[in-house]
Amino acid sequence: MSSNQVIHALYDDDDVLLSAVKSIREKNHHIEEVYTPFPVHGLDKALGLAETRISIMAFIYGCIGLSVAILMMNFIMIEDWPQNIGGKPSFSYLENMPAFVPIMFEMTVFFAAHLMVITFYLRSKLWPFKEAENPNPLTTDDKFLIEIELHDNEKDLKALLEKTGAIEITTIEKKGDDE
Amino acid sequence: MDNGMYTFTNKLRNFSIFLMVVGFLGLAYGFLTAPNTVEEATALVTDAHHGEGHDEGHGAAMHDDHGNGAAADSHGEVAHGADHDDDSHGEHLLHQLQNKPWAALYVAAFFFMMIALGTLAFYAINRAAQAGWAPVLFRVMEGITAYLLPGAFIVFVILVLSGMHMNHLFIWMDPEVVAHDKLIQGKVGFLNVPGFLLRALVYIGGWSTYRYFSRKFSLAQDQATDISNHKKNFRISAGFLVFFIVTESMMSWDWIMSIDPHWFSTLFGWYVFASMFVSGITSIALITIYLKSKGYLEKVNDSHIHDLGKFMFGISIFWTYLWFSQFMLIWYSNIPEEVTYFITRIEDYNLPFFGMLVMNFIFPLLILMNSDYKRLNYFIVMAGIVILLGHYIDVFNMIMPSAVGDQWFIGIAELGGFTFFLGLFIFVVFKEISKAPLHAVGDPLMGESERFHY
Repeated sequence: MSSNQVIHALYDDDDVLLSAVKSIREKNHHIEEVYTPFPVHGLDKALGLAETRISIMAFIYGCIGLSVAILMMNFIMIEDWPQNIGGKPSFSYLENMPAFVPIMFEMTVFFAAHLMVITFYLRSKLWPFKEAENPNPLTTDDKFLIEIELHDNEKDLKALLEKTGAIEITTIEKKGDDE
Repeated sequence: MDNGMYTFTNKLRNFSIFLMVVGFLGLAYGFLTAPNTVEEATALVTDAHHGEGHDEGHGAAMHDDHGNGAAADSHGEVAHGADHDDDSHGEHLLHQLQNKPWAALYVAAFFFMMIALGTLAFYAINRAAQAGWAPVLFRVMEGITAYLLPGAFIVFVILVLSGMHMNHLFIWMDPEVVAHDKLIQGKVGFLNVPGFLLRALVYIGGWSTYRYFSRKFSLAQDQATDISNHKKNFRISAGFLVFFIVTESMMSWDWIMSIDPHWFSTLFGWYVFASMFVSGITSIALITIYLKSKGYLEKVNDSHIHDLGKFMFGISIFWTYLWFSQFMLIWYSNIPEEVTYFITRIEDYNLPFFGMLVMNFIFPLLILMNSDYKRLNYFIVMAGIVILLGHYIDVFNMIMPSAVGDQWFIGIAELGGFTFFLGLFIFVVFKEISKAPLHAVGDPLMGESERFHY
């Protein structure tokens, strides 16, 4: 069982945060989580996180959207209720394709965008009315927070964090998972 | 190399001269074999229809689907106005065949001029935006834009020769045609030879002036102790962009759209711009990768290539967006004067018309979508070559249908034109690149550019 003690180091600059993350990881400390008010460019690489697979999913979702659009337009405009619009009778999908391209494009984007957001929520275990996890409301404003698990190395770690430019360091007893 | 200078190797110089000679011979062959009389022209076409004659590298057996009559049906009205009957058909055919080598020359001359102009616009945007990633590529861009003046001058000479009735590329230049054409008569205020050539001089003069001073300030900045040259460059670049977007649009009406004087499209200027922009960016990427493979440009890293790849990808989609916007509105509204433009292209140019969409949209879309592929040089080179050829065909599709009708062919003259201007382009561009250090050390944003990483 891992220890319930964590250390919170607060930073006030994203560049300082980035170099802090690098030096903490160089010393082989395990960073539990980093809370930032905005996406910090290059942080995922500095943290050594596995590359996101969301772009692959975006492509697949886009393909699904495109297929849905084609099937939908084919049913609505060709099979179910063919009309003569602007002297162009709708009897063939292919012949009327230019008219459907905007819809095909929009549905591709719509599906890719919405399903990506939903995927992100699911993967991040976010849902409505969920209690916020971030330990310090300042990280929603202008501060950055690094959370590191403690293993009887409080002194070492505090010294290191101070050296990396943390403006505030606190040790916190974390609630267990079962509580 | 020690001092950061590129040496234009004899190998490359000879190669470019070889291309020019071969291309020149091809063009000369095209001009010499063009028919002089109606009888020769009819005989040529009849021969082709019997299966003999020119079939090398054609691909689409378009000619077989259309009898001689098709030319008269689909282009007669557009090309020669109301004054048209069966007797003049032979003469019409003769004009088309006589136009062929001219059009082959013009398409290639315009295409390579367009690359330099697109690069100049890209360069000016980076200057005006004070982009931090781009300065390591400035000398490559300046090398490419060196082709603008000679390239545009050749285009201008072709336009002057058209104005002197050496060819029938621009039918509105023929008083005989105008006399029988009410629509062109209404446009004479804009479409007249002196005004046309004067405008061309203004465009070319403006672009070249900006290019001259921008290069001058860029070189001066290398030695400077302050950033006054950089600031001057910023100012003239912003000014140039305003001048450019107006003149580029008018240039596209003058030099391309007026070949089809009855037809008009309000977004044509943007459409041509997208084509030149993506061609220019692609050329920057290809030349950068070439120079890097020879050991130059050590400060260019794969993030710079990645960014160029993103631009190639993005502007290819932008081009498609404009192409489709133009196509769909005309297709949907189906107004006879407008829609003939696309009917001609779909019927007589089916393969290049739709092939160009595959080369300029679907191929780059699929190849360059993955972020990792944009960092692989051979992917960029592969996509880049297809994009450049695709945009050559784009220009081909813009100019050929009105110039030669269904008598088009990518044969010796067309390939010769392409080869000749490719050789000239390589010669001028690499000569210019060899004249200045490849690293613009004085640029105040150079540090950011060197450290640039994604």
